[in-house]
Amino acid sequence: MTALLEVDGISVSFDGFRAINNLSFSIGAAELRAVIGPNGAGKTTFMDIVTGKTRPDSGDVKFGESSRSLLRMNEAQIARAGIGRKFQRPTVFEDQSVAANLTMALKAHRGPFAVLFWKPSAASRAQVAELAAEVGLAEHIHRKAGELSHGQKQWLEIGMLLASAPRLLLVDEPAAGMTLAEREQTTTLLVRLAKTRAVVVVEHDMDFVRRLDCKVTVLHQGSVLAEGSLDHVTRNPDVIEVYLGR
Amino acid sequence: MTRQPFILRNPSVLAVLALLAAFTLAVTLMSAAYGSGVIPTSTVKVLGKTLCLALAALAMDLVWGYLGILSLGQMAFFALGGYMIGQWLMYARTEAIVAASLSGNPIPPTAQELREAVANQIFGVVGSADLPLVWTLAHSLTAQLVLVVAVPGLLALVFGWLAFRSRVNGVYLSILTQAMTLALALWLFQNDSGFRGNNGLSGLQNIPGLDGVSQARLSVWFLWASAAALALFYLLAAWVVGGKFGSIIRAIRDDETRVRFLGYPVEGFKLAVFTLAAMITAIAGALYYPQAGIINPAELMPIASIYLAVWVAIGGRGRLYGAMIGAIVVSLLSSWFTGGRAPDLNLPGYTVKWVDWWQVALGLSFVLVTLFAPKGIAGIFDRLAGVLPPRRHGRALGPDQGALQEQEAKA
Repeated sequence: MTALLEVDGISVSFDGFRAINNLSFSIGAAELRAVIGPNGAGKTTFMDIVTGKTRPDSGDVKFGESSRSLLRMNEAQIARAGIGRKFQRPTVFEDQSVAANLTMALKAHRGPFAVLFWKPSAASRAQVAELAAEVGLAEHIHRKAGELSHGQKQWLEIGMLLASAPRLLLVDEPAAGMTLAEREQTTTLLVRLAKTRAVVVVEHDMDFVRRLDCKVTVLHQGSVLAEGSLDHVTRNPDVIEVYLGR
Repeated sequence: MTRQPFILRNPSVLAVLALLAAFTLAVTLMSAAYGSGVIPTSTVKVLGKTLCLALAALAMDLVWGYLGILSLGQMAFFALGGYMIGQWLMYARTEAIVAASLSGNPIPPTAQELREAVANQIFGVVGSADLPLVWTLAHSLTAQLVLVVAVPGLLALVFGWLAFRSRVNGVYLSILTQAMTLALALWLFQNDSGFRGNNGLSGLQNIPGLDGVSQARLSVWFLWASAAALALFYLLAAWVVGGKFGSIIRAIRDDETRVRFLGYPVEGFKLAVFTLAAMITAIAGALYYPQAGIINPAELMPIASIYLAVWVAIGGRGRLYGAMIGAIVVSLLSSWFTGGRAPDLNLPGYTVKWVDWWQVALGLSFVLVTLFAPKGIAGIFDRLAGVLPPRRHGRALGPDQGALQEQEAKA
């Protein structure tokens, strides 16, 4: 199995603080991976680098079959290449309807002129309706996203990610602020999504990670501390010290 | 489910166009040239100019209300449009006058002599007799009409490209746009800039080739042209903001980073809207200054663009008609109050002279609108149409702002 994403020895420092220190990471084309680590371990910075928000000082990030380097691409180009990102806080466009939010995320040409002359077709409308139904928002399709509940917004954002059909999905703390039932649903969804694409879940919550039942990468002080099954890494003395020690 | 026709999806468009047509017809029927003469020619000109300002406000609303960039340099594009058309107006008219006066000579003047005489006439006032390079095309109406949109469009494109690609945002971008218009004004104030320094261009109300047409008629023609331009660009703007493009630019206004992660080239969208707005503003300026008769660099001073922002804020940004209403109401009130016709307000112990106090009243109303009616005058229409923001009570259910509140969730 060749890797879809290959992160090779990246380092980045902010004002002398090494947020990421010679980090290497790779994930296959259809794989679920949990990334855990204490606060300040570099989880968010790692996602920022992959999505193009932050440039590493050294190292390389390669994506896809042709191993294209992502370092020379901007956020929008990386997103178009097939990397989607789900933020911790639900970020939907509150002033616009559920349908408009989903329509924006549909796969289509992203250039200003292509968008200007874009017209909704029967197919695009059906797609939006289908997505809304899939995330349980079918009867809210004409409501403004700002009127939805917190959980519904999370689901709308997930619907938007489904619409753009990314090949690699980065998910930041999906369980935060969710009820038990919602967590259950989210777990099922992530596991299902990982059958056809790569999914990286960044999470604090060990219980949630256990439910995902996948390979785990532990970050500490900007580099990989341990990697393997959850049971494997939780037996690792370094991990125990970082999480429980002192 | 089929897609409704454009007009049905945007009922406000039909209302605006109908009102505009009715207004134009009414003014025409009351003008001195085509009707009863109840409205004097000077007032027709004021109304025509007001329509041009409404067009500039419409463009400002695209940039500020929809895209979220508080540009404080829009009037630079407005004035540039005026300068571009002014060059032809002034050159062609001076040429006609000079040619007439030289035609009495025993030897008819050569093209070169004519050109020099025209240059002397126009630039004598700034102590120069040569035609500057920027006036090379001034003899051609077609060329200057192209420049009306090309010059401000290019300026917006270059300025926007530099500013947007380095991700300058918010108040820094506003200051940058303000600096742009100030720099342009200071450059135009110089005598050797080629635009007659602080004298500006004058006599623009006389249209070359239309000497036989009275100002009374011309003023109505310009009113028609201004109304037509406003209607046309209102339609264009409604179409631009109505579809997915409008969705994207409002999304950029609300959360630029998120739009980037959806794969949209945010800079491209900003550049497209900023440039389009600059060109619309320039066309408004090119229609405004022939009615005003004179243009000078003071028109580009940042205060003019700040007024434009105030009009749009009072009218209601994020609503195309809101911006227009704001520009029309505030600029007409402004010219009434500062024109000395408003009766003084006699308070015990102090007489409020509106000429002095109007600025204070305007500033105060801007603050009040910002604080208490962020949707401006257009908010009234929202209320009539029953579009209300959700009433928020109780504690938020979710951790983020705007989450459903306890009472809402029960309902």
